[in-house]
Amino acid sequence: MTAVAQTLAACRAQGRAALIGYLPVGYPDLAGSVDAMRAMVEAGVDIVEVGVPYSDPLMDGPVIQHAAEVALAGGTKVTDAFTATAALAEVGAPSVVMTYWNLVLRRGVERFAADLAAAGGSGLITPDLIPDEAGEWLAASDRHGLDRVFLVAPSSTTERLASVTAACRGFVYAASTMGVTGARTSVGQAAEGLVRHTREVTDLPVCVGLGVSTGAQARQVGEYADGVIVGSALVRCLVDAVDRAEGLDRIRVLVSELAEGVRSSR
Amino acid sequence: MTAGRFGPFGGRFVPEALIPALEQLDEARRKAAVDPEFVGELERLHRTYTGRPSIVTEVPRFAAHCGGARVILKREDLNHTGSHKINNVLGQALLTKRMGKTRVIAETGAGQHGVATATAAALLGLDCVVYMGKKDTERQALNVARMRLLGAEVIPVTHGSQTLKDAVNEALRDWVTNVDSTHYVLGTVTGPHPFPEMVRDFHRIIGIEARAQVLDLVGRLPDAVIACVGGGSNAMGIFHRFLDDRGVRLVGCEAGGLGVASGHHAARFSAGAPGVLHGAFTYVMQDDDGQTVESHSVSAGLDYPSVGPEHAYLLETGRAEYRPVDDDAAMEAFSLLCRTEGIIPALESAHALAGAMTVGRELGPDAVILVSLSGRGDKDVHTAAAWFGLLPEGTRS
Repeated sequence: MTAVAQTLAACRAQGRAALIGYLPVGYPDLAGSVDAMRAMVEAGVDIVEVGVPYSDPLMDGPVIQHAAEVALAGGTKVTDAFTATAALAEVGAPSVVMTYWNLVLRRGVERFAADLAAAGGSGLITPDLIPDEAGEWLAASDRHGLDRVFLVAPSSTTERLASVTAACRGFVYAASTMGVTGARTSVGQAAEGLVRHTREVTDLPVCVGLGVSTGAQARQVGEYADGVIVGSALVRCLVDAVDRAEGLDRIRVLVSELAEGVRSSR
Repeated sequence: MTAGRFGPFGGRFVPEALIPALEQLDEARRKAAVDPEFVGELERLHRTYTGRPSIVTEVPRFAAHCGGARVILKREDLNHTGSHKINNVLGQALLTKRMGKTRVIAETGAGQHGVATATAAALLGLDCVVYMGKKDTERQALNVARMRLLGAEVIPVTHGSQTLKDAVNEALRDWVTNVDSTHYVLGTVTGPHPFPEMVRDFHRIIGIEARAQVLDLVGRLPDAVIACVGGGSNAMGIFHRFLDDRGVRLVGCEAGGLGVASGHHAARFSAGAPGVLHGAFTYVMQDDDGQTVESHSVSAGLDYPSVGPEHAYLLETGRAEYRPVDDDAAMEAFSLLCRTEGIIPALESAHALAGAMTVGRELGPDAVILVSLSGRGDKDVHTAAAWFGLLPEGTRS
């Protein structure tokens, strides 16, 4: 069992949802992103989702696109994700890497998996890889004991829910709405139904992402999900800050609010 | 292994949220292909609206610069809206209605696919949004105006390189958000399955007509069929009917830009590597990390860092060959066709004409060469006039 899976089990035992915080590595730079990830952990995030910036992030909204462009312009490399993962493992924080598939393919699926395992990462979230296309990754993740998190969406049929979750390990990522990443005023009505349908076909933890930005939303989603995933709202803390210290402060304030949210759901 | 593979290439590398829409589309296009009502309606539109069959034109004065080979142009430039793009768009627009959707979105680079989509949307009463890189909206301002006249909304994309690849990203983001009401009219033979097969099938008519027309004109098959390859839709359209004619060479011309050695080009098969972009496993221009590298071409329609997966398969199996044609050679061929034959080709098609000049010299005077003249050059007049110094003094290019 990976560190991420253990953490999700521990949260479940505590009767609450886990808080999963996303930040892209390399924004504003490598050191700054690692500091921000550690600040999230200190303020109450249970699991860190380490994003790898990609030139064509078609599942991401404007905030994460912007951060990815800045990170790439600053020379961020795929290997920086392993550096960040190792830095998190050093402080005992479980992490999972979120990456578009071509970055894995280019490095070599086996090599990527070996590097990630060596850095202490628990697994991968793959927004543009469906299990049907994932043969090589299924084998490599088995060899290295890594979690593989595929996405389900409100449009997924019952057959797709069954086949996708059968290929997942660690947890299932339930996209709350049809659309891309980014804060929304309300989390889609579809999310709760999707989690319920997903639970009918799997015992894995089901974590909900896309659109969660406030403590109130975290509490609401935490009522029915095993994990609450927050991304763009955290990235925005860094984007909107006048300097790094303020960015870290904003991160701590928001994470505290979100952590309070998942602890007051049930 | 999923459906929609060409050897190892193709597949579906997209968010799970889009899978049901892709399956719906696949089912709709398979049923339509064998439904006499659909086939009849598309055929009627092509006859009475597109202007099919498009003619072939033999061009002897141009051919004198091609080693004396006989050169025959397939005139997709004479289609309504000025390029081959309408073949695919009318098919997909009819499918949109059959699927009960009311809105279409499209990406466009040079604007030809956007104009064709806006045209079909006007004809069939569909809402239409076209995504176009901000840089392209500036260099193809005339086509932006055409789309808006046709009632489409044109949204300039300001992320990334602000060109075609970013327009595709934005169209995919729109689609994943609005997939219930919206069909994404993808403009070329790439993207997730079933797009590469479906778009090819809507363009197969180019090769079906041309093969019969060449047989009729010269009494035998051509020695070579030449087409430009951006995403590769006109090329797949004209190649496909010739795949089993093993004696016919199939030659795709990629944009060599400022020269492959310069790094400023769109020669995916010369300088790219297998990878995933926009939903397909194919050849992609990418760096050591797998980040997409920006392409360059004088022709906006070939300025794309990836290529249709079936072309990757034809390359790997040796059935087709792909050559880079640089900006200078394309512009020379462009000028030559204007002056020797009175036909102003699209800059994209000029790459195929340049390919014919080279291949003709290789094959000699007994050869017959069929060239896909995929579009007309009205949209490129400004670019060409600036290139050849034909603008009045003091005019900015």
